[in-house]
Amino acid sequence: MLFSEISGLLKKEITIELRQKYAINGILLYLAGTVFICYLSINLQATQLHPIIWNALYWIILLFTAVNAVAKSFLHESAGLMTYYYTIASGQSIIASKIIYYSLLLTGLAVIGLGFYGLVLGNPVQNPGLFIINIMLGSVGMATTLSLVSSIAAKAQNNQTLLAILGLPLLIPVLLMSIKISKNALDGLPWASSYDELAVLGSIDAIVCALAIILFPYIWRS
Amino acid sequence: MKSVWWKILCVLLLLYTVVGGFLMDVPRLHILNESIRNTFFHVPMWLGMMTLLLISAIYSVLYLKKPSLRYDVFASEFAKTGILFGVLGVVTGMIWAKFTWTSAWSGDPKQNNAAIALLIYLAYLLLRNSLKDPQQRSRISAVYNILAFSTLIPLLYILPAQTDSLHPGSGGNAAFADIDLDNRLRVVFYPAVIGWTLLGIWLSTIGIRIQNIKNRFDYIKK
Repeated sequence: MLFSEISGLLKKEITIELRQKYAINGILLYLAGTVFICYLSINLQATQLHPIIWNALYWIILLFTAVNAVAKSFLHESAGLMTYYYTIASGQSIIASKIIYYSLLLTGLAVIGLGFYGLVLGNPVQNPGLFIINIMLGSVGMATTLSLVSSIAAKAQNNQTLLAILGLPLLIPVLLMSIKISKNALDGLPWASSYDELAVLGSIDAIVCALAIILFPYIWRS
Repeated sequence: MKSVWWKILCVLLLLYTVVGGFLMDVPRLHILNESIRNTFFHVPMWLGMMTLLLISAIYSVLYLKKPSLRYDVFASEFAKTGILFGVLGVVTGMIWAKFTWTSAWSGDPKQNNAAIALLIYLAYLLLRNSLKDPQQRSRISAVYNILAFSTLIPLLYILPAQTDSLHPGSGGNAAFADIDLDNRLRVVFYPAVIGWTLLGIWLSTIGIRIQNIKNRFDYIKK
């Protein structure tokens, strides 16, 4: 695992994303569509929406957007491309670059999503700093788990369904912690009341990252 | 594992658990009353499940270190018995909850997390079924098994500790350690744990033998 390899692969991910704009535009449209459907389904005045429901809906939208965004990380890469990677880089650099790239992408999507979601359903967040930190930690957790699971699902048939089945239950610890911290941020509680949760979320992220880097070379070899 | 003594021990311990568990004197507590006897059947299911899943995860690690079909069969059969114990743990818990909490499913954090744990492991079985090539199946499912087991620890032990729960042992409710001051529970509980765990290992070894015979048949057919 080399820093130059990771940065090279990262640059390649970003270049491809910018070159094929339909993928990122598709995800953005998906996000906007989901937010709008939620808005129409609730059919309430934005002010009447309870913060707990606001919070739950926001994270569910993010979760499904994340599943769709990360799905293409391995599912849509051809066998030939994987063989080419095999000759130029180590498995650890590949998964590390994917994790970094998708963490950044999901953080960006979450912030854009928050903007649009807040526009139609109101923005009750009272501690924005904590909320953003929480979004970042949550995105790292989701990106890591989903990247690894996507590489597992890519090996099987019927892989889009398999990605959701394998990924969703594994994401629940990350999601539950994120929802709890985000509730604290909504209520404007001081930072000190969320340190425990932040520490747990951070350590879950660290465990998943370590596992992904250790385990990915085994998946990749087949 | 060919020796017989531990199977005899298992039968004797379970006979003692059933007879002693229903007939011996137990501490009388408010709300719990006679239902405290569920300690001998419900709690050992969880400890047995954790033991079996740990064994399964260890065999998955061994498989990744040194690929051999034997390890894969061990990992999958121990996981299957672990799931069986998990289902029995949920069911015994639900029957008990029906009488003490008045409803079988009350959204208690421990109940929810147990359900999620089962979802994760059922996905493991699904993943195994959707991979056709035996070597690939063994490797990919070993990776997922390790991932699943490491998600199980925060799910069952860290997250529920942070929320109040109706479950004995959390939220200020009396737990096993607090109520057995006179050791009346301990006399049956420890043998019960050992007995049920041995039964789980026994079931797994039978599964392993069946799977080995199946594999040999497939080999001969080819």
